[in-house]
Formats: sequence, C-alpha cells, structure tokens
Amino acid sequence: MHVISALLVALVVVGAYLPAVAQEPYRLGAIFSITGPGSSLGIPERDTALMIEADVNARGGIKGPDGRLHPLKLVIYDDASDETKAVLAAKKLIDEDKVTAIVGTTLSGTSLAILDTVQRAEVPLISCAAAAKIVEPAAERRWVFKTPQSDHLIVGVLVDYLKAKGLTKVGWLNVDYAFGQLGWIEFEKATAAAGLSVVANEKFGQKDVDMTAQLTRVKAASPQAVVVWSIPPSASIATKNYADLGLRMPMFQSHGVGNKKYIELASGAAEGVRFPAGKLLVAEQLADNDAQKPVLLAYARDFETRYGPRNTFGGHAWDAVQLAVRALGKAGSDRGGVRAAIEGTRNFVGISGVFDFSPSDHNGLDRRAATMIQIVDGQWKLAR
Amino acid sequence: MTAEQIAQYLISGAVVGGIYALIALGFVIAFGITRIVNFAQGEFVMLGALAMATLSARGVRAPVAFACSVVSVAAFGALLYRGALQPLTRAPALAVLILTIGASITIRGVALILWGTDPLAVPAFAAGPPVLVAGAVMVRQGFWVLGVAAASFVALWWFFTRTYSGAAVQACAVNPLAARLMGIRVDRVGVLAWLLAAGLGAAAGAVISPITYATYDMGLMLGLKGFVAAVLGGLVSPPAAIAGGFLLGVVESLAAGLVSSAYKDAVAFVVLVLVCLAQVLGALPWRVVEEG
Repeated sequence: MHVISALLVALVVVGAYLPAVAQEPYRLGAIFSITGPGSSLGIPERDTALMIEADVNARGGIKGPDGRLHPLKLVIYDDASDETKAVLAAKKLIDEDKVTAIVGTTLSGTSLAILDTVQRAEVPLISCAAAAKIVEPAAERRWVFKTPQSDHLIVGVLVDYLKAKGLTKVGWLNVDYAFGQLGWIEFEKATAAAGLSVVANEKFGQKDVDMTAQLTRVKAASPQAVVVWSIPPSASIATKNYADLGLRMPMFQSHGVGNKKYIELASGAAEGVRFPAGKLLVAEQLADNDAQKPVLLAYARDFETRYGPRNTFGGHAWDAVQLAVRALGKAGSDRGGVRAAIEGTRNFVGISGVFDFSPSDHNGLDRRAATMIQIVDGQWKLAR
Repeated sequence: MTAEQIAQYLISGAVVGGIYALIALGFVIAFGITRIVNFAQGEFVMLGALAMATLSARGVRAPVAFACSVVSVAAFGALLYRGALQPLTRAPALAVLILTIGASITIRGVALILWGTDPLAVPAFAAGPPVLVAGAVMVRQGFWVLGVAAASFVALWWFFTRTYSGAAVQACAVNPLAARLMGIRVDRVGVLAWLLAAGLGAAAGAVISPITYATYDMGLMLGLKGFVAAVLGGLVSPPAAIAGGFLLGVVESLAAGLVSSAYKDAVAFVVLVLVCLAQVLGALPWRVVEEG
C-alpha cells in the first residue's frame, strides 16, 4: 500500500523534472487533511487523487481545447485539519503554484475558511466537505462547488424512509459538535414537514464513555424508532449501550457510520442498524439499470486493489478531481472557463450521485444520491 | 421518573465515577509527594488503554495484558518524573506545571503517530450479557471497573498504613525536610509516587477500554474529570479523592438524566468553579490545596 503510494509520489516528482514534456501541464491544486483529526477522511482522498492523476497521465494526459494532450500536474498540500493552514495552503497554490483550480478541503471548517481566499482570487474550488453552507447561497459562492451530499439531502432520505415504514414517533440523540448539531437542525425541519413527532432529543460528547443516561431518557419517552447522529467511537458506544439496555425498537444512524470501524467497535450490537448513505458501500447490490453502478464498481475495484477497503470520503475526492479534469479538458488553464465548465456540467455520473450543476445549485445532487443501508451479518446490505 | 431510571443513572454514574476516582488518586499521590499537579495524568490513562488494545489484539489474555499495561506505563511515569521533572525541583511551580502540559501534548502526539487516529476495540475481560441490578442494567465490564478500583484502594490503604515504604511516602507528604532528617530518600519517594500515579492511571485506562475503546486523544477529558474529582477532595487526601470521583460520576449521570444531557460535561467544570469559589469565600469545611 505504502510502497505504491510512495511509487506514485516518486512518479509525480520525477515527472515534474522530466525536461522534454511536449505540452504545458494543466496544474490542479489539492488541499486535504492528511494529518490531524480529519486524517481518516483526508488520506483516502489524497490516495484517490493520486490514483486519478496516475491514470490520466498513463493515458497521455488531458485532451485540451487545443486538441493536444496535456499532462495533469497535481499539487497536494496537507492542512493538518487546521483552518489557518488551509488558508495558507490555498494562498500558496494560487500565488506560487499558479494552479487553475483547487480540489478539497476535507473538512467543512477548513472549506469555509478558504472561501474568501478563492473567491477573491477567482479560482474555482471543488470542496470534498459536507456542509451545505459551503455552496449556499450559490449567488454568493460563484467560484465554489462541492461533491458530498448535503445534510438536508441525507436527512431527507432517512425521514422519507421512517415515514414509509410508519415509524412516526422518533427518539433522537446527537453528538454535540457541528456534525451532530447540523444533523439535528435538518432533522427537526424535515420531521416537522413530514408530520413525524420527535419525542426525545438528547446530546452526548464525542469523548463520552457512556450514553446509558441519555438512552434511559429516550427509552422513557417510548419512541417507535431511535436515531443517533454521530461518528465512531461515540456512535459505536451508543449502539453497544442500546443493546445492553435491551432496547428493542429499530435503531437508525447517520452516514457518519459508513465505515467498517463502526461495526467492528460495536462488536455485534450494530446488527440490524440502518443508516442513510451514498451508494458506494452497496455498489454490488444496486439494480443493474442504476446509472452509477458501473462507475461505483470500477472505482471500488481500482481503490481496493491499490489502497484497501473503499470508503465514501475517497469517493468525494474522485468526484471532485474528475469534475476538475473534465473542466480542464474543456477550458484548459483558463480559470474562468473552468468555473463555467464545472457549472455547466450536466448528468455527470459520479460516486456520490449523478451531478446536475446549475448557476443556482453548486452541489448538483438530489435524493437519488443516497439510499438506506442495513447492517446484516456485519455487512452492508441495501435496506428494504 | 421511575425508581428504575434513577437506579440506572446511579449505576452508570458509579462505573464512570470509579474511573474518575482512580485518576483522581493518581493526581493526589503525585501532588501530595512532589507538589506537582500533573496534567499528563490523563495521558497515562490513554497509554494504559492503548497498550491494553495492542496486547489484546496480539492475543494476549486479559489479565496478562492488564498487568503488562499497568507495569509498563508505571515505569514510563517514573522515568518521566526522574528524567524531566525531578531536575526542576527548584523551578517555580508554574514552570513545572507547564512542563507537564507540554509532556501531555508530546505523549499524545507520539501516540497519534504510533497508534493512528482510529479507535481500537478491546474485548471485555469476561464476555456475557449485561446484568440487572435493582432493575437497572450494568455491563459486565462495569463490575471489573469497580473491582479494579476497589482493589487499588485497598492495596494503597494497606501500602500507606501497613508498610515501611508507605509510611516513608506519607512522611514526605507531611514534611519533606523532617522526612529527610529521618533518613528517608525524598527523591526516591518522589519517583515511587509517580510510579504509583502512572500505574493507577494505566489501570483506569486498561479496565475502561472495553467500554470506551482506546484512542490517542481519550486522555485529555478523562484527565480533566479526574482533576476535578481530586480538587473536590482537596487534592491531598486519597479517601476524599475517591469520594470526589464517585460523586462527580454520579452527579454527571444524574444531571444528564434529570436535567439535560447537553450540560453533562459542563457539570464537572461548574462543580470545579463552585468548589474554588467556596474555598476563596472560606465556606468549605475542608481545605482545597493549601496556599503556597
């Protein structure tokens, strides 16, 4: 794994010094959280970006508007999950590396931090972070796009599912930082609109060691289903506590548990848990007429042969880099042209969904981009 | 509000409180002998948990893994004191305090590099379904937490009151100069105190890891809670620190259950502020940290 990424890095470095490259390379910047708390997301994103760069250059490069092949030159910086470092990296990419566009960052906080920098320099940014605020309102975010599904989309899929199953009395718990808080805001709105009643609303800390007190309160409100909005390890602890307390109503989680770590840490207690997420985790089980299926399978195969188990975060980077590559092919090194090309992208079949960008929608996804997944025998299954 | 719910809050609080008590004891022992408030105490907890996770993953049986974690982290604590803190005996207290904060950040950083960011699972010491106590649920590992806490308290009590070394440690806590005049090697007792403090922290981390998993950044919050518990007990009395730990665990759990879970963590720090205020106003029947 490391050998391959080291080789890829070596290839990139050597490539940069090869004197006789026929055409001027297209320069694409990237900022990922390769270290720091966001590293479990940023590392697969970096790996995916390097993989695409290697594949594009193995084909000879990107065919530009001049009809010639241009090599892709990717410049990647680590923001260490830190807002200040992300801004510095963005400035460096724009002023020193003279990139045409930037993909990243990994986290919502860092993406929001660099908005001003890229907007003022008029450099297109394709973020791999989730918060809807990054691209809304689109009128004020002319240069900014993002590939992950927004919270309201994911929550909408969950609430539709709860309603369809007749689970109208719901208990809610969320982790008390941005991810959980934004989830709650969207869930409160969506349940009110759908006519579901939330009978319990509890918080816990990401470092909490025990959620039985909160779950006991939820139990007392006797909901028909319980939704937990968090990521491991706290999501796994809540799941274990839930099983230990003998709660029998169905448990739902967020897309934050879309990695095998959640199942492993919950040691059996995750069985039967359902959550909304992108389709990558269950690519093999999708209907054959699903437009995304071949793309998802190809990415999963490529990533798993080179790096290890697939995850949705790498998928966000795949979408961002591929969008940038297509736009570079249309507009070359012209920043404004690349921006217009991204905004004009229709029916782009990616990992997070089928993207239809427009001047008023810089995420380009709808509810078809997520599905309900259930954990059965420790594996992800499409939920019925 | 049913009796069953109250019982559940009390039991959940007692298990977490046992952990706070172990950590608080570490604070009290290190502070009592060496007058250092050790803000790296939480990192000993984290190291104990991660060592436990690594050994369990290699197939080492729980009792052996537990013993190895405690012994190795205790040795590390003693080395840290001997190598980095003892040479600073004459430095201002604030400088030493800041050094322990630096040590804590360094240890966390190294743990991040060695173990990565992913939480590690640790199997329970004894498998089995949770047990019903007075209508409330208690996980089996909870009994181990309370058992390890109780065993540590008894062992420490025996050590301090029934052995010569223990008496020497106490003598140093009461009056280092007089202890030295009586022929006690005060410097060695300091190392012993840190050995014990780090071992207690590691025991807390290793025994709670099957419930909470082991992560490189788990030490900070647990260390702060342990510190609050220790201050509740006056920072010098081991029995009071134990009581402080259990009190804090139960109060937190009751606050989360009866008031609102949003303020669970705030409770610990509000308690800390109240105790400090009461101290300043002279309203406490016991003393929190004598003025130096």
